[in-house]
Amino acid sequence: MPRKTTHKKRKSADENGEGNGVRPFWSGTLSFGLVSVPVNLFPANRSQRAPLRMLGPEGEPLARKYYDEKSERDLDGDQMVRGYEYQKGKYVVVTDEELERLAPEKTRDIDLTLFVDEESIPPIHFDRGYFLTPDASSEKAYRLLAETMEKEGLAGIATFVMRGKEYLVAIFSEHGILRAETMRFADELRSPADVGLPEKKKVPKATVRKFEKLISSRSKKQLSPAKLEDEQTERLLKLVKKKSANKKNVVEVESEQESASNVVDLMEVLKKSLAGKANLRSR
Amino acid sequence: MAARAIWKGELKIGASKVPVKLYSGVVDRGVHFHILDDKHLGRVKQHMVSPESGDEVPTEKIQKGYEVEPGKFVLLEDEELEKLEPEPSREIEIAEFVPPEAISQQWYERPYYLGPDGDQNGYFALAEALNNQEREGIAHWVMRKKPYVGALRAQGDYLLLITLRNAGEVIAARDLPKPAGRAPTQKELAMARQLVEMLQGEFKAEDYKDEYRARVTEFLEKKAKGKKPKLHVVKSKRKVTSLDAMLAKSVASLRKGKRAA
Repeated sequence: MPRKTTHKKRKSADENGEGNGVRPFWSGTLSFGLVSVPVNLFPANRSQRAPLRMLGPEGEPLARKYYDEKSERDLDGDQMVRGYEYQKGKYVVVTDEELERLAPEKTRDIDLTLFVDEESIPPIHFDRGYFLTPDASSEKAYRLLAETMEKEGLAGIATFVMRGKEYLVAIFSEHGILRAETMRFADELRSPADVGLPEKKKVPKATVRKFEKLISSRSKKQLSPAKLEDEQTERLLKLVKKKSANKKNVVEVESEQESASNVVDLMEVLKKSLAGKANLRSR
Repeated sequence: MAARAIWKGELKIGASKVPVKLYSGVVDRGVHFHILDDKHLGRVKQHMVSPESGDEVPTEKIQKGYEVEPGKFVLLEDEELEKLEPEPSREIEIAEFVPPEAISQQWYERPYYLGPDGDQNGYFALAEALNNQEREGIAHWVMRKKPYVGALRAQGDYLLLITLRNAGEVIAARDLPKPAGRAPTQKELAMARQLVEMLQGEFKAEDYKDEYRARVTEFLEKKAKGKKPKLHVVKSKRKVTSLDAMLAKSVASLRKGKRAA
């Protein structure tokens, strides 16, 4: 059973791992008590910033390549290694396998040893979200855990190692679906004292009351999605639309397989994975 | 040592203004790797090449395009892109406030501390008011030519500004189908509830250490000295057995543990 999906060199810089690949980001086992639930991980966030492509003089989409300055040769994935700079300009090479084997056995699974009130975790910790989908063999246990957590309003806490990094996660259940939010460790966060913020002095009651009034008069129950619109991208799309009317501004090249919308793909993959249709592991 | 402010701005709620400094809330503790070529073990560089010929295309000849459909690009000039940038401003505009639970964990992205810039009364009074009212403000501002949305919240006596993801950047669970599979039985639900209740507690961030990071650093230091540190063998474990049996066993073993403690 693969604990880690091999990640191929992607064509474009894609820090979220939501490229066109339909493989799960990671496959592993979620456990609570002695019950284990094999799961697949998929990113729950996607980069929405309108991707601008770099094009050549003829309008051909360019590829980003790594090269070695000394020999001026372009490098393929198998001609590159990962190095750690232990002294200025000096590197020690590390392999994926070594990193994998450094993980203590207990950390290779997401072992839920603690459940907490889901509203009790300070949001300063939250980093990135991943949906967990059940494996064909684990649907029953998955649904049981998801339903129980949702009813009780609980989030599960665990640490585990994925792709050469240890993660602290909080697992939430919403709409019958489990979602892991990776969290920053305590030592990755500053305290007000670290920042050097001044100690609080007594403030005039009237000033507090003034702000309380301002807050309550502007309070809403829900967050309106319009507040979260990406206006810059919208402006860009408007400009694109305007310009596309003039043929002078448009270049066409023979299409590669890649489509611009990885967005649809990720949703499709998630849907399939939740429907238990895709046997993603044995692919 | 006090941190240095990365930006200065002014919180604006209606006609009220609170001048603030912005500080990063996170510390980078990651072990960083570099990509090296396998022959000289030197840092690799990146360039853009034409896929057909493999020839490098120099920066000044690169055009930017937005793909409207596969293989079809609308060309955009740098000047045009610059015009899309928002107006620079020092204002952090707070237009509305919501209860904390109205913001799903999925939206939070990166935390910043705000510190008072001059007037401390307004700063600490606003934090106190946010605490009393149990609200978070929805903030909009422009920093370094980029527009941001954030949540303004109090943490203890201080103000935090956590950037929020844009509407399109979050996939909501309610837009996905419920997972397939048989619904759990009442008996299973009862046992699972018992199990999670026994494991219930409080989240204490200090209880968790990134042990793996420490192991990796130690391993790398040893390897750099030419030693061959020992590694574990990766074993895979766990088989799927009957759910009922596992639930019952889990509850029983937890009970035993509690009694012994």
